[in-house]
Amino acid sequence: MTHQPPLTTPDVLIIGGGPAGLTAAAELAGRRAGRVLVVDREQDAGGIPRHSDHTGYGLRDLRRVMTGPAYARHLVRQATLAGAEIRTRTMVTGWADEDTVDVTSPDGRYRIRPRAIVLATGARERPRTARRIPGDRPHGVYTTGQLQNLVHLHHQPVGERAVIVGGELVSWSAAVTLREAGCTPALMVSQYPKAESYAAFNAAGRTVLRVPVATRTRVTRVIGKGRCQAVEIEHLDTGRRRTVACDTVVFTGDWIPDHELARSAGITLDEGTLGPLTDTALRTSCPGVFAAGNLLHPVDTADVAALDGRHVAQQVVHHLNGEDRPAGGVRLTADAPFRWVAPQILRPNDPAPARGRLLLWTDEFVRFPKVTVRQDGRTLARRTLAWPAAPGRVFRVPAGLLDDVSPTGGPVHIGLH
Amino acid sequence: MTATPHRPHDDVYDVAVIGGGIVGAAIARELSGYDVRVALLDARDDVGDATSKANTAILHTGFDAKPGTLESRLVARGYHLLSAYAEATGIPVEHTGAVLVAWTDEELGALPGLKEKAEANGYTHCRIVDADDVYRLIPDLGEGVLGGLTVPDESIICTWTTNLALATDARQRGTTILLEHAVTRVDEGDEATTLRTSAGDVRTRWVVNAAGLGADHVDRLFGHDRFTVTPRRGELFVFDKLTRPMVNKIVLPVPTSRGKGVLISPTIYGNVMLGPTAEDLTDRTDTATSEDGFDFLLTKGERLMPRLLAEEVTASYAGLRAAIDHPDYLIEATPRQRYLLVGGIRSTGLTAGIAIAEHARTLLEEAGLALRPRADLPEPPRMPNIGEATQRPYQDAGLIARDPAYGTIVCFCERVTEGEIRDACHAPVPARSLEGLRRRTRAMNGRCQGFFCGAAVAALREKHHTHDGCRSQHKDNR
Repeated sequence: MTHQPPLTTPDVLIIGGGPAGLTAAAELAGRRAGRVLVVDREQDAGGIPRHSDHTGYGLRDLRRVMTGPAYARHLVRQATLAGAEIRTRTMVTGWADEDTVDVTSPDGRYRIRPRAIVLATGARERPRTARRIPGDRPHGVYTTGQLQNLVHLHHQPVGERAVIVGGELVSWSAAVTLREAGCTPALMVSQYPKAESYAAFNAAGRTVLRVPVATRTRVTRVIGKGRCQAVEIEHLDTGRRRTVACDTVVFTGDWIPDHELARSAGITLDEGTLGPLTDTALRTSCPGVFAAGNLLHPVDTADVAALDGRHVAQQVVHHLNGEDRPAGGVRLTADAPFRWVAPQILRPNDPAPARGRLLLWTDEFVRFPKVTVRQDGRTLARRTLAWPAAPGRVFRVPAGLLDDVSPTGGPVHIGLH
Repeated sequence: MTATPHRPHDDVYDVAVIGGGIVGAAIARELSGYDVRVALLDARDDVGDATSKANTAILHTGFDAKPGTLESRLVARGYHLLSAYAEATGIPVEHTGAVLVAWTDEELGALPGLKEKAEANGYTHCRIVDADDVYRLIPDLGEGVLGGLTVPDESIICTWTTNLALATDARQRGTTILLEHAVTRVDEGDEATTLRTSAGDVRTRWVVNAAGLGADHVDRLFGHDRFTVTPRRGELFVFDKLTRPMVNKIVLPVPTSRGKGVLISPTIYGNVMLGPTAEDLTDRTDTATSEDGFDFLLTKGERLMPRLLAEEVTASYAGLRAAIDHPDYLIEATPRQRYLLVGGIRSTGLTAGIAIAEHARTLLEEAGLALRPRADLPEPPRMPNIGEATQRPYQDAGLIARDPAYGTIVCFCERVTEGEIRDACHAPVPARSLEGLRRRTRAMNGRCQGFFCGAAVAALREKHHTHDGCRSQHKDNR
C-alpha cells in the first residue's frame, strides 16, 4: 500500500515570507483572491530585514522609515490582518508534480497543490567558496547574512578586527553590524575604482564609520589555522600584494538568487540575473507560476521587492479569474556595461513593470548615463538620466523609454550611448 | 563511559592503536571483537580529522592497482567487506560505476593494458567502449573523447560516515577513545610500553601505528628508520547540487605515474566533484587551497566538462595523502617490541580499511598477541543517513510524526534537521565542534555556506554541548 501524504489546496501559494512574499500575500488576501498561504522555512517570517537591525526600511512601499526588524514585523502583521495564512518552519523541498510541491515542517510532511504559485525565495550572497578564493579555511569567515544572523538574532560575539570584501550597500550594513558587535572594520576591499554604494552614504560611511576603502583591490588568499589571522590582497593595476591582519572576514554582496525551486521545475532562467525569466506581469515560463522580489533582481532594496509583491498580486488575480492570456512579445536584453535587466519580456497589453521602472545592474560607474533603447538596428529612445549608474546597486530606468518598442520586432537592446 | 564494558578497568591496555582515521578505527574495531582491552588514540579533537576526512570518497574495485601487491589484495577484499559493512550500518553508498576516458591516441592505446591489469587483479567486468558510448554515458563531456573503459562496480561512498561507523562500533565494543592524545615519546618496558602524549601517559602492552601522515614520526619513536611520509596535497572543487544530473558516473582519467589524475565524480551528497591535484609538500599541516591548484583544476575542468565550469562552486578543499617512498602498503610487525606498523596507506585506505584491519590482526596474532573471540559482541551501529541515495529524515513522514525535530529543517541547502543535529551532539562518538557537526550531518556544507543556517547551527551545538566520555576538551570558542 502506498502512503499518500496529506494534501492541502489553497488558491495561492506564496513561497518565501520576505518583503515580496508578504506584500503579495497582504495584497492578494485583501483582494479576496481566495485562500492565500505563505510558507517560510525560517523560524519567523520577514526575510532578510529581520536581522538587518538598522533603519531605512519601508521608504518606497510604506512611505515611512523604520528598522529592518520593525519592518519585517509590520509586513507579517499586514499579511495576517488581510487574511493570509503564514506557516513558518515550513520548507518546500521539491516538486511532486508540475502543480504540486512537497513540504517538510514540524507538523509533518505534506503536499500543497494551489491554483497559482508566487516564487519569492529571494537571494543570498556568494560565500567565499563560490568566489573561488583559495587559502586556509579558518573560523571567522562570514557572509553579511550570517554575520547579521549571529549578531542580531543569536547575540553571538564576533572577532575584533574585520576586513569587509565588497563595497555595495550591504557592505556598509555589514560595517554597522560589526561596529555594534564591538568589531572594528579595518578595511573595505572593492574591485571597482570607487566604492559602489550611494555617494552620500559613502561619505557618511567614511566619516561615521571611518572604514578605509581599498579600491581596485581583490582578496587573493585567506590565512589562518583555527581562527582567521589575515587576508592577502592584490591591487588589480599594480599587481602588488600585501597581507592585512584580521580575525574576521565578511564577504558581502555578489548576490545570487535562490533559484533551486525554479530551476528544478524547469522554469526558464535569465542568463544575467540567474533568476526566472519574467515578463512585466511577472509570469515565469511555467503557466500559473509567478515570481517576485530579489529572486528576479539580485539584489534591490527591500521596499522595491515589496512593491514587486504588490504588482504581482493583480496579475495573479487575473490568472485565477481565467483572464490571463499572455500574447507573444519581445525580449529585453542588457548591453555592456549592463550585466542584466529585469524583467526581460515585454508583451502587448501587459502592464508596465512594477513602479514603472526597468531594473538593471552595471559593471561600470557612469556619472551621466545616456540610456539608449535599440530594436532591429534602430534607436527608439535615448535619454540622459539624472542619477549615476553605479556598480553594487540597481540602476533604475523609466519604462516609458520602451514606448516605441514594436511588439512584433526583434530583441530590444538597452545600453549606454 | 570510559571503562570497558566487558572487562574491569586496569591501567594498562592490551593494545593501543595510534591514529583514529579509517585504518586506525577499523583496526580498533577488529581487535575489540576479541577479549582484549583496546585504546584508540588521536592527536586531533575528532576521529577522522586528517587524511580520512578529505579524499575523493570512492569505493574502489581495485581494478587499477599493481597486481600482486598487498595493496591490490587488500583493496579487492576491502571492497567486498566495506560494501557489506555499509549495508549493515547504513553508510551511504551509490554504485554509480566509472568510465575511464581516453582523450589522446596514447591514452586510447593504454586501455587494453588497463583491462588486462584489471583482470590480473581479479576484476573482470571492465569493457572497452567507443567514443559514442562514452558520450551516451556522460553526455556533457567536453569534445574530443576517443574512447573509454567502463568499470561498472566503482562506487561512491561517504568517507565521514565510514570512519564514524568504525569508531562508533569500536567504542561500543569497548574501545576507549582518547582524543587530543598526540604521541610525543615512547618508553618501552618489559611488560608494557608507555606512550607519552600531549594529554598524559598511556600504558599498553602492544602498539599499532596507524598514524597516517605521522606514521614515520611514530615509527622513529620506536627506533626505526624505514620510510618517510611525503604529504601529497590534493585540492578539489565541489560544484552545486544543481549540476548532479550532468554527472552520473565517476569520470576517470587514464592514470599516469604521478597518480590517478583529475577526475569528475558525483558525490554521495548529491554534488559533483572535480579534482584532485597532486602536489608534494613538506608541511604536514598545510591543507590550504592555492591559486595554482585552482587554476590547474579550472583548466582541466574546462577541457573535461565546460558546462560544469559555468556552474556555482559550493566548496573547495584540500586533503593530504600520506605518500611514502615505498611502492606498496608498509605493514610490518616487530614482535620484540610488541609493535605493528601500518604505514603508507594512501587514498585506497578508505576501501581497504577493514581488510587492512583483518590483516593487522593476523600479523599481531603471529607476533604473539593472544586473541580469544568474544561471544558477547554488540550489533554494529546503525548510522544516520546523510547520503542522497536513500530517504533522509526530512523526507520521512513517520519519523517526523514521532519526533517533530526531524521536521524542523535548520540547514536549508542540505536539508539537515534539528533532530539530526541534536543526535550528532549526543552520539556515541559525538560532534565536538562545528567541523565535527558538518561531517556528521552536512549542516553548513551547502551552497550558502552558512548564510542562512550558520548562526542557528552554532546555537544548537551550544545548546546540546555535552560531556561525551571521549577524553578531551571542546574547542569552538577557544
